[in-house]
This record gives sequence, structure tokens and C-alpha cells, in this order.
Amino acid sequence: MTDQDLCIEGVTKTFGSFTAVDDLTLTIPDGSFFALLGASGCGKTTTLRMVAGLEEPTAGRITLGGLDITRMRPYKRPVNTVFQSYALFPHLSVADNVAFGLRRKGVSKADARGRVAEMLDLVQLGQYGSRRPAQLSGGQQQRVALARALVNNPEVLLLDEPLGALDLKLRRQMQIELKRIQTEVGITFVHVTHDQEEAMTMADTVAVMNEGRVEQLGAPAEMYEFPASAFVANFLGQSNLIQAQVTGQADGHVTVDAHGNRLAVPAGRCRVTSGSALLGVRPEKLHLAADPAAVPQGHAAVGGVVTDASFTGVSTQYLVRAPWGSELTVFVPNSGVTAPQLPGAEVHVHWAPAHSFLVGS
Amino acid sequence: MAALLPTAGGTGAPVDAPPASPPAGMRARRWVPYALLAPGLLWLIAFFIVPVWQLFAASLWDPNGSVETGYAMTWSWSNYATAWDMFHVQFLRSLWYALITTVVCVLLAYPLAYAIAVKGGRWKNLMLVGVIAPFFTSYLVRTYSWKAILADTGPVVEFLKWIHVLGPDGRLLATEFAVIAGLVYNFLPFMVLPLYASLEKLDVRLLEAARDLYHGPVRSFLRVTLPLSMPGVVAGTLLCFIPATGDYVNAQLLGGPNTQMIGSVIQSRFLVVNDYPIASALSVMLMATILVLVTIYVSTAGTEEVV
Ligand SMILES: Nc1ncnc2c1ncn2[C@@H]1O[C@H](COP(=O)(O)OP(=O)(O)OP(=O)(O)O)[C@@H](O)[C@H]1O
Ligand SMILES: [Mg+2]
Repeated sequence: MTDQDLCIEGVTKTFGSFTAVDDLTLTIPDGSFFALLGASGCGKTTTLRMVAGLEEPTAGRITLGGLDITRMRPYKRPVNTVFQSYALFPHLSVADNVAFGLRRKGVSKADARGRVAEMLDLVQLGQYGSRRPAQLSGGQQQRVALARALVNNPEVLLLDEPLGALDLKLRRQMQIELKRIQTEVGITFVHVTHDQEEAMTMADTVAVMNEGRVEQLGAPAEMYEFPASAFVANFLGQSNLIQAQVTGQADGHVTVDAHGNRLAVPAGRCRVTSGSALLGVRPEKLHLAADPAAVPQGHAAVGGVVTDASFTGVSTQYLVRAPWGSELTVFVPNSGVTAPQLPGAEVHVHWAPAHSFLVGS
Repeated sequence: MAALLPTAGGTGAPVDAPPASPPAGMRARRWVPYALLAPGLLWLIAFFIVPVWQLFAASLWDPNGSVETGYAMTWSWSNYATAWDMFHVQFLRSLWYALITTVVCVLLAYPLAYAIAVKGGRWKNLMLVGVIAPFFTSYLVRTYSWKAILADTGPVVEFLKWIHVLGPDGRLLATEFAVIAGLVYNFLPFMVLPLYASLEKLDVRLLEAARDLYHGPVRSFLRVTLPLSMPGVVAGTLLCFIPATGDYVNAQLLGGPNTQMIGSVIQSRFLVVNDYPIASALSVMLMATILVLVTIYVSTAGTEEVV
């Protein structure tokens, strides 16, 4: 960490009586790839707009490298944005759009032309420099927006769903490209996305937002393995959440009662240690056994009936109806080790307690 | 003029290879473009093309004829030279006044239209009604009332005399100022409305993008707002310049002999002096000049970026 960190300190933004961002505190280290993940309307764009200076926080402070920029004019900030709506200038060619900020930064005309061409090549639009934005497809426009911000080499680049309109293949390509640029140039990226996979593959740090607040912040793998709340457990990947009641603690484990089943969770993986809770296990951490004798020693197990089996190639996704009525999702790799189960089969779903976690309900 | 030449059915169907027997519905639909064009076309033929043709013909009549004796068609192209010799001062003055009027209108209307479109909020419609309100009374009546406002004994002149802007026997009526002030007043709404329409459409997110890309308010205006409002500027200047050039009401009511515009000359040639050939030649010259100026203007400012 150096002194160019972007710090958002207790920032709140209200529109009338509606609180879009609620006492948000984040530190985004210099040169990191930071992803803001959250459902539609949770305040991601509003947060970016406050960092860009297009919206003034109702309360709180934003600093960049120790300098308070909360009320600095947007055109004075070393921050550029890739807008969710692209906001390309319709009267300028693609190349002029990309050069728009460069010329103001005092780059000479010839240098600017070179850098614009380079950047257009990078986003695979080298041939399109002389077109107008209206003559491009949605995905191409999005890439122009990306090039227009990136070419300025800002200290912080704000990306508001910059890949949303691209097809899967181009999206993967651009993800890799963005990640490469970010590592090479060392710009701080704040990347807003709906796509949890994109956030997890690209970002060093992910913050999951919900209703204007950060639910959890951390490295993607850590958050995936041990989510802080039911919201995060469901938002980052899929989770099986089983309603449970904490009954006590014994030798490093918290014991719970889930619909009559006594189950244990390691104390270090419990966000709550009393009252009612949700016991969570990821679908790929669940296993199926036809015979109770096949359940390994020490595994937690519940019985159930297979209601659906769908083959997805790499794995088979099973839905297993538990005795209390809810369905558990189980991913079984098609490695040929276990025989496939058919709908209607009675099975035992089991897992290693170390793979489960307990969150508040 | 392209609209006068409808393509077959307007559907772009290949003309050289028509289907052997088009379905009845399609055959019926071929008439639709003609039917839609017909009323406007007839109107244009009756009230535009025929009079313009007649005007042109009259400009070549024998200048020695009169209403009583009738005019012979003598192909007198010299009428144009005569008209220019007699009235080039008024002709050029008209273009000059129209130009000043247009510039002043842009300068007054732009901030006004911007304020209404961008800052108007819930007062927008009320302010627009305010702009249009003068149209509720006749053009002539409004210009007459300007005559009263600018009268030698009126409050404006008295005030200007009191603060010594005007001398003891200074006056406003019959000056260039009065004529141009009247023109500006009368044509201002034609500038405000198209400007408003184009500024109203302006996407504020583009201005945010400009600010994000290091452009302060002034530069954002010059590089985004102004170019994107150019269609409104062009439309407004045309709506202002063209009628102002041919206007005779303002020069007649507010001006004097030294501020006469070509419109008044044409009017008096036609209706007072009854000199049809010269009046027609002046009219044709005016139309041709405006057509050329407008074509040059639109092709330089209208379509491509002015930045
Ligand atoms: N100018 C505004 N006036 C009133 N409410 C607003 C305004 N801007 C945003 N909001 C509200 O604030 C909330 C957060 O909006 P924001 O645009 O930040 O969402 P988001 O997380 O970016 O959503 P999405 O993923 O759909 O883009 C929304 O409920 C929205 O309706
Ligand atoms: Mg958004």
C-alpha cells in the first residue's frame, strides 16, 4: 500500500428521503483491482458518481492519496469513468471521442493521435476511428467508452458495468485485456458489475453491496468460502441454506438442530453462535451416497429423494428434496467415480463439517 | 423537390421485374403515396409554382408598358440591371439589417432558450407560453405598438434624453435602431423555439462525461452543448434571416426614408407605382439571393461539425 489509496469514509447519499448510499466506508488500495458487486439499485453507480465528482455526498469524506477530494470539481480529478450508459459524444467520430480528454491533458496532437490509435487497436476497433458512435453496435460503443476513459491513464478508473453489452467470448477477452492493462499500468480500477463470476475472476478485492451498505469485503476466495451473511452466500455463487437453531457449543464446534438433525459446524466458521441461524454449504461441497454405510466417518448427513438430475457436461446437478420439504442443490463431478442417480432415488446428502458455515438468518 | 417524384409504390420494389400479378392488397397500396402527396402537391402548384413562374415572366415584361395599356413580353433582361441601379442601396441594406437582426436574435435567444430548457424545471411550459404569447395578437398591431413605445414623446425617448443618451432633439423613430429593434422583437420567437427544441433534447449525461474528461463548464459548452445545438441555431437563423430580409412592416412603420428596406420598395412598386416589371425583377433577385446565401450557409454550418 502506498499513499495513493482511495478512501471513502462514512459517505452517505440521500435523494430526498431515500438513502441510496448509507454510511459507506471503503479503502481501495493504490493499484488494486476492486470490484463492487451488488443487485440492481443498491447504490453502485451512485458511489462511483461521488468518486467522480458528479454527485456530492450528503455526508462523509472521500480522499485520494490523502487529499480530500469530496468537493473537488470533477474536471480537476485524476479520475475517469466508463459510464454505464456509455455517454459517447454523438457529434464526434470514434477517434475524436477517445481523444476528447487527452487534448486537455496537454498531450500534443501527434502524440494523441498515436495513443488513440493504440487504444482503439486494444479494444479491437482499429478500423472504426472515423465512424460516428451511432454507426456502431452496442458492444462496440461500450468499447469506445472504455477506450475513451482508459487512454487518459487516470489514477483511478471507474468502470460502471463496462462489459455488460458484450457477448460471452468478447467479454472474456476484454476481461483478460482489462486485467492485463491494470497490472501493467498499475491504475486503480473500481469495477462495478452484476456478474459475480467477473468480479471473482478479475478483482483482488470484492465488496458486496446491499441497499447502500457493504455486506462483506475481502478477497474473492475468502468470501466465497466463508460468506458473512445469507445475502453474500447467495450473491456470490450458489448456496444451500438450511434453517437451524443453535443448541450449544462443544470442543470447537457449534452444534445446531436443523429440522431434527443434529449437525456440527466448526466454531471458526460461525458468524452467529446463538439463536436461529442458517447453515450453509456450497453445492459442490455436497456429496451423494445411496447407502448410509458409504457416508464417511465424521461427515454430516441428511436423507432425501432425488427430484431432478440435469447433466451439464462437467458435472451433474441434482435437486434433492429433504424431509422438511426444501430442496438441496448438489453438484457431482462426472468423474466416473460414482454411478449416476435417477430421480426418485433415496439418497443421503453428506458433507464435511469444515465445509459448512453458519450465518445469521 | 425529391418528394415530388415518388418511386413506384415507395417500396423499393424492382421496377424492371414486377411480379406477374401482384396481390390485390399490394396493388391498392401503390396508390397510397400518390394519394398522400396529392393535396400538398396541388397546393404547391396552385400557390407557389404558378405565382413564381408568373413573377419570373413579369420580370421580363416590357418596362414601358402600364397597367392600363397592358404589358408585352419582350424578354427585357435589362429590367434586372435597371432594378439594381435604382434600388441596390435598399437591397443591400435589407440583407445587412437581416444579418444584424439574426445575430442579435441568436445572442438574445440562446441564453433564454438554454435557461428555459435546462433550468426551467416546472416553469418550462409557462415560460414557453411567454415566448409564444406575442403571436396571440397580429404582427401589424404589435409593430404599431412599438411605434407608440418609441415615439418622440414616449417614455423611452424621454428617459434616454433625461440620462443624456439622446440629445435634446434626438429621436428613435425613423432610425436604424428602431427598425432593427422591431425586427428583433418580431423574429425572436422564431429563434427561441428551434433553439429550445434542440437544447431540450441535450443529454445531460454527455455534459457529465465532458466534465469527467477534464472539460470545465466553458469548454463543455463549446465542445458539447454548442455543437449539439447547431441544428437549432441553423433552423433559427433561417427562420429569422429569410423573413427579415423581405420584411417591410418594420421599415414602413418604424423607419424613415433612410432606412427603407427592399420589401417596402417592392410593395410600393407593385401597389403604388404599378411598375410590375421592376417589382418582379426585384422579387426574383431577392429570392435568388436568399436561396444562394441559405445554400452556402446550410452546407457549411448545417451538417458537419462546426467545432
Ligand atoms: N438522481 C436520483 N434521484 C433519486 N433517486 C436516485 C437518483 N439516482 C439514483 N437514485 C436511486 O438510488 C438507488 C441507487 O441507484 P444506483 O444508480 O446507484 O444503483 P446501481 O447499484 O448502480 O444499480 P444498477 O445495477 O441497476 O445500475 C436507486 O434506488 C435509485 O433509484
Ligand atoms: Mg448502475
